Amino acid sequence: MSNIRNFSIIAHIDHGKSTLADRLIQYTGLVSDRQFRDQILDTMDIERERGITIKSQSVTLPYRSKAGGDYELNLIDTPGHVDFSYEVSRALASCEGVLLLVDASQGVEAQTVANLYAAMEHDLTIIPVINKIDLPSADIERAREQIETELGLDSDQALLCSAKEGLGIQELLEAIVERIPPPRGSRDLPLSALIFDAHYDPFRGTVVSCRVFDGALRPGDVIRLMYNDATYKVEEVGLFRIVREPRKELAAGSVGYLIAGIKTIGDVRVGDTVTLDARPAPAPLPGFKEVKPVVFSSIYPISSDDYQSLSDALEKYKLNDASLVYQKDSSAALGQGFRCGFLGLLHLEIVQERLEREFDQAIIMTVPSVQYEFRLKDGTTVMVDNPTYYPDPMEIERSFEPFIKASILIPERYMGAVMRLCMERRGTESKFHYPTPGRIEMTLEMPLAEVVFDFYDRLKTVTQGYGSFDYELSGYRESDLVKLDILVNGEKVDALSLIVHRLRAREWGVQVCDRLKEEIPRHQFKIAIQGAIGGKIISRSTISPFRKDVTAKCYGGDITRKRKLLEKQKKGKARMKVVGAVTIPQSAFVAVLKTKQE
Amino acid sequence: MSEAPSLAGLYVHVPFCLSKCRYCDFDSTTAHADLLSEWLQALEEECRLRSGSFGPFDSLYLGGGTPSILEDRQLERLVTALDRSFDIVQGAEITIEVNPDDVSPHRLALYRALGFNRISLGVQSLQEAELRFLGRRHGVKQTLRALEWVRSAGLHRVSFDLIYGFCAEDQPPHRSLWERTLRKALSFDPDHLSCYMMTIEGETPFRRLLDEGRLSVPSEGELEELFLFTSEFLESEGFIHYEISNFARSELSLCRHNAKYWDHSPYLGLGPSAHSYREGMRWWNVRSVRRYCHKLRKGELPLEGSEMLSKEQLDLEKLFLGLRTRRGVEARLLIERPGAGRILDRLLGSRIVEMREGRVFPTRRGFLLADGLPLLF
Repeated sequence: MSNIRNFSIIAHIDHGKSTLADRLIQYTGLVSDRQFRDQILDTMDIERERGITIKSQSVTLPYRSKAGGDYELNLIDTPGHVDFSYEVSRALASCEGVLLLVDASQGVEAQTVANLYAAMEHDLTIIPVINKIDLPSADIERAREQIETELGLDSDQALLCSAKEGLGIQELLEAIVERIPPPRGSRDLPLSALIFDAHYDPFRGTVVSCRVFDGALRPGDVIRLMYNDATYKVEEVGLFRIVREPRKELAAGSVGYLIAGIKTIGDVRVGDTVTLDARPAPAPLPGFKEVKPVVFSSIYPISSDDYQSLSDALEKYKLNDASLVYQKDSSAALGQGFRCGFLGLLHLEIVQERLEREFDQAIIMTVPSVQYEFRLKDGTTVMVDNPTYYPDPMEIERSFEPFIKASILIPERYMGAVMRLCMERRGTESKFHYPTPGRIEMTLEMPLAEVVFDFYDRLKTVTQGYGSFDYELSGYRESDLVKLDILVNGEKVDALSLIVHRLRAREWGVQVCDRLKEEIPRHQFKIAIQGAIGGKIISRSTISPFRKDVTAKCYGGDITRKRKLLEKQKKGKARMKVVGAVTIPQSAFVAVLKTKQE
Repeated sequence: MSEAPSLAGLYVHVPFCLSKCRYCDFDSTTAHADLLSEWLQALEEECRLRSGSFGPFDSLYLGGGTPSILEDRQLERLVTALDRSFDIVQGAEITIEVNPDDVSPHRLALYRALGFNRISLGVQSLQEAELRFLGRRHGVKQTLRALEWVRSAGLHRVSFDLIYGFCAEDQPPHRSLWERTLRKALSFDPDHLSCYMMTIEGETPFRRLLDEGRLSVPSEGELEELFLFTSEFLESEGFIHYEISNFARSELSLCRHNAKYWDHSPYLGLGPSAHSYREGMRWWNVRSVRRYCHKLRKGELPLEGSEMLSKEQLDLEKLFLGLRTRRGVEARLLIERPGAGRILDRLLGSRIVEMREGRVFPTRRGFLLADGLPLLF
């Protein structure tokens, strides 16, 4: 066990986490330079395109130290977005130390601080690393100073490197060996292993990533997952060395995988404890939390014939994403579909993209919503995440909506713009403090509904990319809520309804009508779009019809040409939804919530 | 309006013009005599190859290009070849497209003698500046003289082609000029009119003029107004607006040949780029006159391509072709599709289509929207 080190790399977005991981993999010779491609651990297309890590990955790096010792360095990569903070916490719980990356030119950022706190909560050894020292704009002294003042760490301990140029990598690996303590634990105790991730292999079933704290795990063992008491027989254990490498056992201190004929990933909870059925651990490892979705939206097939195909796709998708929850749903406008819960808007977009790209589904997602709470006059309480189920307003006694505690770090010069944005979004109880001259950290309470849609995008726009943002749920607060209905040609489109604060209703109504006017193409007839609360119209827009849309001649040779054009146009139209007699493009449903970027 | 099984139509494409009009993207060349005589020979060969395989025909349409540039002897040869190879029934509608400047009492007599009983005259406009702008060979005076000759020749079935919806340089907008052209045309008592809204086609000089800002096209709203005016005016004069661009003096004046394109009756097309259709099968000849001649010299059919229409494709064609004519389409073609009932209600409510006796047909305003209507179902 003394030759194992378990660590993570934590950093603000863009501070070079994935690049450093790549360099470590390359340096330790796990892949040849020839096989090397950038950002090995980000295996999904979406991860590469967006430059973020969505799934945790781990890899065991073989390393011979300067002193000649052979080590197994387990790098546990963590997702890099607020939507996935629970996964991050489980990955950190599996480590003894972290590399805390600070960009030499950007310095300490909001997420750097948040990540540091997370690591400290798990009592991890922290190695500050100043990255990107090759950049002309690198200011190593300022970075050191911030490490002292803002992070409270000893800056003499900070290592310098350039992951991009491969500078300082060996020193880093040496520091991992020297400074991060080897795992403690005993292989003689009952098995206790923490699940920090799982993914689905179509041939082998669920592949569980885990960190063994005590005991040992071998093929043939019957394991028990302590959360749901399910038992499985272990088929294979091993290490992740880019590809899976089977081993005879995973003993205390190790990080690796287990395969045990677990059919779906939904049977596995991140944070759960694996023990042996025959000799169970006395208690599960601490920190387990059931992940709860915060954003809800319904997914419908564009063509109702594809309902079954969508159902199959979701089932398959769910194999690899345990945090997606869904159940059947139906809509007057869109037919049969599924109500889904997501960890956040990014998660929602990822699911949408993957269903379209990897599963070839043509889908419509309805306007996202958070979960509201209504106390009714009859004394009951209902939780509503779908505007369709908004209670009869006459029955509602009090309404509540979820709030978050937002923490926003910005250069001082953007303070006015950010304040305006936050006030627009009903932020309250703002507090400020100045971690360093020129920078402000704002904390404030905001309704979750106001941030889930495009708050982060807007923040980046008004701060020209300098603002960073993090949040945690802070509970429900009473709120004056109404349901905003959208009518297209007098017909209510339930998939476009949303629950909003009364004071924001008109603004939303105007925005949605305007956006739909842009999104819906001209038709043969006039289209009226209205926003309504109860029976009262609060906003409207009109799409004027075509006045002339005809070609003058159609004789012998024109017919085939014209038919081919129509066939092509029909194919394009297959990606739209006909509601009433109006064709609404797929994009319209989510677009209505995004405020126009000036 | 029963679906009586109709006889076949025969089309012959004469791909030559003396000069090319500036708006035209039809297949025609301004070729010399040699190519023309080669083409005629090839056409005779095509007739032989197709002989007896198609028909009987109750319509023959000689179109182009400009069929009237054929010399007397050439035209006689052509008609002889057609008569020899195909069964054209008694009472068939036999049309020739004629350019006004090719009209003479002598030629009109020849057409009659050869059996042509319908003339389609490419009048296009009766405004001097417009004719020049369109790049036509004929002027107004010449045209009026030609119309006079046609009228006195006692031909009962005469159609004029007219174009509207464009604006020549320095000309006042369309409506008043167009109305004058229409009234003047009617004074010659045609029994059929094809009024085409100007379309700026791909590779034409008009496209260039438009891009250079030297041609102005009316706005969507103005075109709508012009179209509605044309339809209302001609109907008030007793014409039937039976297809987007076509008007007939009476039920007897409908162009029988063109109707075959719109209701999937069989038709055989001869000549370069001509299309044929029979029982779900469509095929077409090569476009190039030289390749057409070359293939037939070798005794091969000058085929370029063919397609077998699936039921779905056939239905789609029925739909869009039907929605271009006053006959419309069988309602079942629309209603079968999910959600179609509500769209149909909407269109009925907006008076874009009407429904009667199990058929759905476009209104005057519906004609104006015909391109997009099939996409709704």
